[in-house]
Amino acid sequence: MPLVLNKFYSIFTLFIVIFFTVNTVQAKDAEASGDLKTEIKEYITHHLEDAYDFSLFSYTNKSGKHIYIGIPLPVILWDEELHVFSSSKLHHGLEVVASGNKYYKLDHGKIYRTDASGIIFYDESHHAKNIAPLDLSITKGVASMILIATLMFFLFRSLARSYEKNGGVPNGIGRFFEPIVLYIRDEIARPNIGDKKHGKYMSFLLTVFFFIWFLNMLGLTPLGVNVTGNIAVTFGLALLTFLITNLTGTKDYWLHIFDPLGSSMKWFAKIPLYVILIPIEVLGIFIKPFSLLIRLYANMQAGHIVLMSLIGLMFIFKSWLGSPLSFGLAFAISIIELLVALLQAYIFTMLSALYFGFAAEEHEHH
Amino acid sequence: MEIPVMVGAGLVVIGVGMGIGRIGGSAMEAIGRQPDAYGKIQTAMLIAAALVEGIGFAALFAV
Repeated sequence: MPLVLNKFYSIFTLFIVIFFTVNTVQAKDAEASGDLKTEIKEYITHHLEDAYDFSLFSYTNKSGKHIYIGIPLPVILWDEELHVFSSSKLHHGLEVVASGNKYYKLDHGKIYRTDASGIIFYDESHHAKNIAPLDLSITKGVASMILIATLMFFLFRSLARSYEKNGGVPNGIGRFFEPIVLYIRDEIARPNIGDKKHGKYMSFLLTVFFFIWFLNMLGLTPLGVNVTGNIAVTFGLALLTFLITNLTGTKDYWLHIFDPLGSSMKWFAKIPLYVILIPIEVLGIFIKPFSLLIRLYANMQAGHIVLMSLIGLMFIFKSWLGSPLSFGLAFAISIIELLVALLQAYIFTMLSALYFGFAAEEHEHH
Repeated sequence: MEIPVMVGAGLVVIGVGMGIGRIGGSAMEAIGRQPDAYGKIQTAMLIAAALVEGIGFAALFAV
């Protein structure tokens, strides 16, 4: 296993070395000199959003230039034909990119098609009116997800292989992960889904648990990624739960939705009740995954906002009191966030297992 | 942001706080009464707390 991990580290280092570049952009002085509170608010909003490049930090040098240090990522656009270019060409929205015979410009975090001079037209509510091409870019969030997916692949492949080699005993980091895998099987899957059927759901439950947990933990590192606090990502995860629940639903699951009272009543007595009951049950199919997606998104988003706001306190107080206060509060919240990162992964897995349990249930018919 | 919205959100958060407090307190009492059922009580407590928490976030997003 150490061999596999070494291989992974060397790939990772190579990735960093090849793509680690310095971007220089002329600072927009008009924006930077704005009100401090608005600036902090903008900074937090910027952090919460996805970005086209993996910028680690930036500073303004003596000659007034804004230097960004980070990793540019590929921008992939579908606009009648495929356009692929590096995000460093966007220059954080200050320059127009020519690709093929079309021109693109970044404006407020989105890429729009423009003419050669890069003019963006706005409507009354200050939204860009230019055509936005279909955006399939490898953004910061996507890159983080690929990173975590690769990490998980190597980690759990090596865990599985160590069972073969050592005859049922894990070695290395597998010793740490084995009890967690067993906990998910014995405490989450078995009691909720049942002894007979839990096997076919285990792969999804384990994947989703570790994926959410690792991404939450990555969000607490100074890399500044916010993947699970992105509603599109949690939507995707909840959609998988929704699809698996409904596609593996047994006859009893659907009977419970469309005929909840069963044979306990005469059919003519059921009609007035079912006018209310069936719409509620059908709505319930959609509300269950919806609550999953909102819970994960809101928890991670709120955690990031609180943490960034506390760090922002330092710049608002501007006195000897501010820094220790800001540091102490941010440190305490970070510790709570470590717990929340695990708890949210646990809750998502737990509730998914609960819904799979509904789908897999089979009643004894009397 | 209007003041009524902020006050309303604050009231919701107070309610959510009381709710989660009650869930935690009851779980403690239940564990005290039945220490053997610790695992099951903890699971049920976390699920209930997560459901209540969702309402709090709904209020925070209204602000």
